[in-house]
Amino acid sequence: MAAAMPLALLVLLLLGRRGWCLAEPPRDSLREELVITPLPSGDVAATFQFRTRWDSELQREGVSHYRLFPKALGQLISKYSLRELHLSFTQGFWRTRYWGPPFLQAPSDTDHYFLRYAVLPREVVCTENLTPWKKLLPCSSKAGLSVLLKADRLFHTSYHSQAVHIRPVCRNARCTSISWELRQTLSVVFDAFITGQGKKDWSLFRMFSRTLTEPCPLASESRVYVDITNYNQDNETLEVNPPPTTTYQDVILGTRKIYAIYDLLDTAMINNSRNLNIQLKWKRPPENEAPPVPFLHAQRYVSGYGLQKGELSTLLYNTHPYRAFPVLLLDTVPWYLRLYVHTLTITSKGKENKPSYIHYQPAQDRLQPHLLEMLIQLPANSVTKVSIQFERALLKWTEYTPDPNHGFYVSPSVLSALVPSVVAAKPVDWEESPLFNSLFPVSDGSNYFVRLYTEPLLVNLPTPDFSMPYNVICLTCTVVAVCYGSFYNLLTRTFHIEEPRTGGLAKRLANLIRRARGVPPL
Amino acid sequence: MAVAGPAATDLEVVRGKRAALFFAAVAIVLGLPLWWKTTETYRASLPYSQISGLNALQLRLMVPVTVVFTRESVPLDDQEKLPFTVVHEREIPLKYKMKIKCRFQKAYRRALDHEEEALSSGSVQEAEAMLDEPQEQAEGSLTVYVISEHSSLLPQDMMSYIGPKRTAVVRGIMHREAFNIIGRRIVQVAQAMSLTEDVLAAALADHLPEDKWSAEKRRPLKSSLGYEITFSLLNPDPKSHDVHWDIEGAVRRYVQPFLNALSAAGNFSVDSQILYYAMLGVNPRFDSASSSYYLDMHNLPHVINPVESRLGSSAASLYPVLNFLLYVPELAHSPLYIQDKDGAPVATNAFHSPRWGGIMVYNVDSKTYNASVLPVRVKVDMVRVMEVFLAQLRLLFGIAQPQVPPKCLLSGPKSEGLMTWELDRLLWARSVENLATATTTLTSLAQLLGKISNIVIKDDVASEVYRAVAAVQKSAEELASGHLASAFVASQEAVTSSERAFFDPSLLHLLYFPDDQKFAIYIPLFLPMAVPILLSLVKIFLETHKSWKKPEKTD
Repeated sequence: MAAAMPLALLVLLLLGRRGWCLAEPPRDSLREELVITPLPSGDVAATFQFRTRWDSELQREGVSHYRLFPKALGQLISKYSLRELHLSFTQGFWRTRYWGPPFLQAPSDTDHYFLRYAVLPREVVCTENLTPWKKLLPCSSKAGLSVLLKADRLFHTSYHSQAVHIRPVCRNARCTSISWELRQTLSVVFDAFITGQGKKDWSLFRMFSRTLTEPCPLASESRVYVDITNYNQDNETLEVNPPPTTTYQDVILGTRKIYAIYDLLDTAMINNSRNLNIQLKWKRPPENEAPPVPFLHAQRYVSGYGLQKGELSTLLYNTHPYRAFPVLLLDTVPWYLRLYVHTLTITSKGKENKPSYIHYQPAQDRLQPHLLEMLIQLPANSVTKVSIQFERALLKWTEYTPDPNHGFYVSPSVLSALVPSVVAAKPVDWEESPLFNSLFPVSDGSNYFVRLYTEPLLVNLPTPDFSMPYNVICLTCTVVAVCYGSFYNLLTRTFHIEEPRTGGLAKRLANLIRRARGVPPL
Repeated sequence: MAVAGPAATDLEVVRGKRAALFFAAVAIVLGLPLWWKTTETYRASLPYSQISGLNALQLRLMVPVTVVFTRESVPLDDQEKLPFTVVHEREIPLKYKMKIKCRFQKAYRRALDHEEEALSSGSVQEAEAMLDEPQEQAEGSLTVYVISEHSSLLPQDMMSYIGPKRTAVVRGIMHREAFNIIGRRIVQVAQAMSLTEDVLAAALADHLPEDKWSAEKRRPLKSSLGYEITFSLLNPDPKSHDVHWDIEGAVRRYVQPFLNALSAAGNFSVDSQILYYAMLGVNPRFDSASSSYYLDMHNLPHVINPVESRLGSSAASLYPVLNFLLYVPELAHSPLYIQDKDGAPVATNAFHSPRWGGIMVYNVDSKTYNASVLPVRVKVDMVRVMEVFLAQLRLLFGIAQPQVPPKCLLSGPKSEGLMTWELDRLLWARSVENLATATTTLTSLAQLLGKISNIVIKDDVASEVYRAVAAVQKSAEELASGHLASAFVASQEAVTSSERAFFDPSLLHLLYFPDDQKFAIYIPLFLPMAVPILLSLVKIFLETHKSWKKPEKTD
């Protein structure tokens, strides 16, 4: 439902673009965007999006010729007949409570019957993941927005998430032919206080230690959007440099936003000084007011003691003063936590909350995890607690990971919701705002779609003493050896009675001395 | 002292000795085999003797040659002797453990009527067209037509002709020793069309001791079930050059026919990509006289590595990849030429790297810069490019230029760029290479099993080994009986099975079980049990020894 809209938009865009083409229309196009948003907490979020579209039926054509679309991914699609692929590497955790709802969400139009979903919470994201990701970009990191992608800065951030999304897109309204869309996204959150010596001011150079020098000649669109919502008419709170030529206003994630647009393909933008270093200065420091609490945020934890049983609890917060809304909660729990489904309780405001839909797929040992999916109605201004008890299973001793006492990760649960907006979004001109419609899919004027991930959990499992097999071997062998030894002695030794020696220690000592003197012993 | 002391004690001592001996016997007869059996690594039985037999395998490569005599090719009384069969066998001297013998089995017969008619036509091409139709010849076989000494089918100074298919024409002679002389000519032609030392030496390059030509011989790709061919257009300067190439059309027109002709040798997949901002790793040298840039020959090896990281690995298959790169130099380094050893620019402006692929530098015509603004639109001349790439492709597949005997006319290439007998020659070489690879793999596996006792051989691995051995033997037999196609298929099966056995992950399951850990587990049990047994055995031995010596002394 949420995905049908952006699809329709893209088709419109494509039709609009056709007139621009040269004699031989390029069958692929690249558009790159960067959105810089100051977060309520004072941090700065930067979101890159590189979008490659290719009008080609990858799964049908035998010989494949690639231009902007990377060959490695194209081969993957045609060889394994992929319908869609979403892969993301994330380091850090998006703090919804302080940063507001996240900007990038995966589209939700995957067919569930063929869906493969997996999370590796233990994996660490590193430069070695960024380099191949950059190689997929047509301009590599030599020109355009990708110049800013410098690994040592991108990994010195509070949050780093890079992703590859591949999906088919209808080329016309009746969907008789499809194009493939590859979206490469990267979002980072810079800690403005650390990089800016206590100030909230930022500039491209300070964040990325690079500036923009030239547009990527292959891109048909290359833009930087800067969120200047506080840049009001008379009240001079902040200043952006260079002054933006155009601004753009829209309702994004339920709130009204104003963006300054810098178009790199606009020749005047870069040619003046050979580089573009966008800066934002706060003239009057913004009041230290508590950041607005987002309408939906969540929290997850493990409770219980001992190594036998435990409880998984998820707290879902709806802070909207008067509107209730439904949330789809998806949980995958590894098989070694044996869930007791009868203990599943959902309470909000002290009362039991019956979910309107539950799908549960039990785990199979070593084969598949538990899958629990629920549609829960969150009452206005409430905290809903979803808890389920589990028992910790004993693994086979070769199944333990290295360093098992560190614990085992449980993947985050996924929340998808249509959250009511503060401001009603009016229907905007989609051609004007291509980025935002794919970034922030709007379902209708009064709601917006949000997908949240909770914290991954770390659960201790009962771990055996791994030297135990050797200890057992040693102990058994010792017992056997002792029994065997005495048995052997008993059977092979000969016993005979010996006359008790007359005289004790004194006599022997005397004899020793006498022998030394050369006198015959006693 | 007890009264019955000595006798009772003796009895006790004897009983104790017996008990100790019994313990030792039980430990050796029952305990040791039990321990051995229970701690053994599982090993299915393998055909070791057959594997070692493969090394001494004699490969007899049989080339069936049909020799057809026309009416006036040899003296009449010689014609009376037809048909008969002559076998010409020759050992190919290679420093390799396998003995390879080449055997031309020449079946002499008289020409049939339609053949006579065809060979009396005006030109070779016409004759070929007429001879072609009746039947397809089997892979690896050859037909040689002997025509009369004064026939005008060939130009007067030419003694023989090699056709594009599996046929050749040799001039006859009116002489007493006609069969001998013609036979020698036929062998010369047949060798050029089938097996020469060079071809086999190139095929076995990996298995032969290194010599000074080995680098040249190791140019062809190793034999594999399939190959991936990737054409990449490198455009390091998209700001100045907007390069377009019609790769789809070029592949369809030039590459695909060639690969279709080669399809017996493996599966091929072709794809192409365009890489922007992909630079060569070397700064070219500027020559002010010609105001152009040069890449020296000794710099060429450094060109490939930085580019290769951009080429990307193939996600879809494990076949070896052949890369063909078309490099359009950036504006600042244009025009760019490749220099050979002597400093002269290379005519094709291209070079190849053994077993990797080829690179061609494509300079943008300087006239295009004058009129228009940057970026200039460049349309690549695919005919020029594909000529070079196809020549490189032939080299990389080991299809070398044939060594034509003197006074022999070679027909022009077929439209697909590959003669049928060239494919046969490739199949011979690949079959021999596959057999050598499979044999080496099996021998290494056997040696490894002899050296490392911890390797597990499961039943399915063992069955792969048996299958590989059988396939090697079958392929050798098929080669000896002249069935090239089935021999090649069997040799491929041999390689696949042997490598599947050799690289099976189950071989490694118990490999990491170091000896010190083994002893740490055995010692707590074995030491306390073995020491008393050994001590009492030593004691018994010493006593017996003493009691034997005593009587000698008293004597």
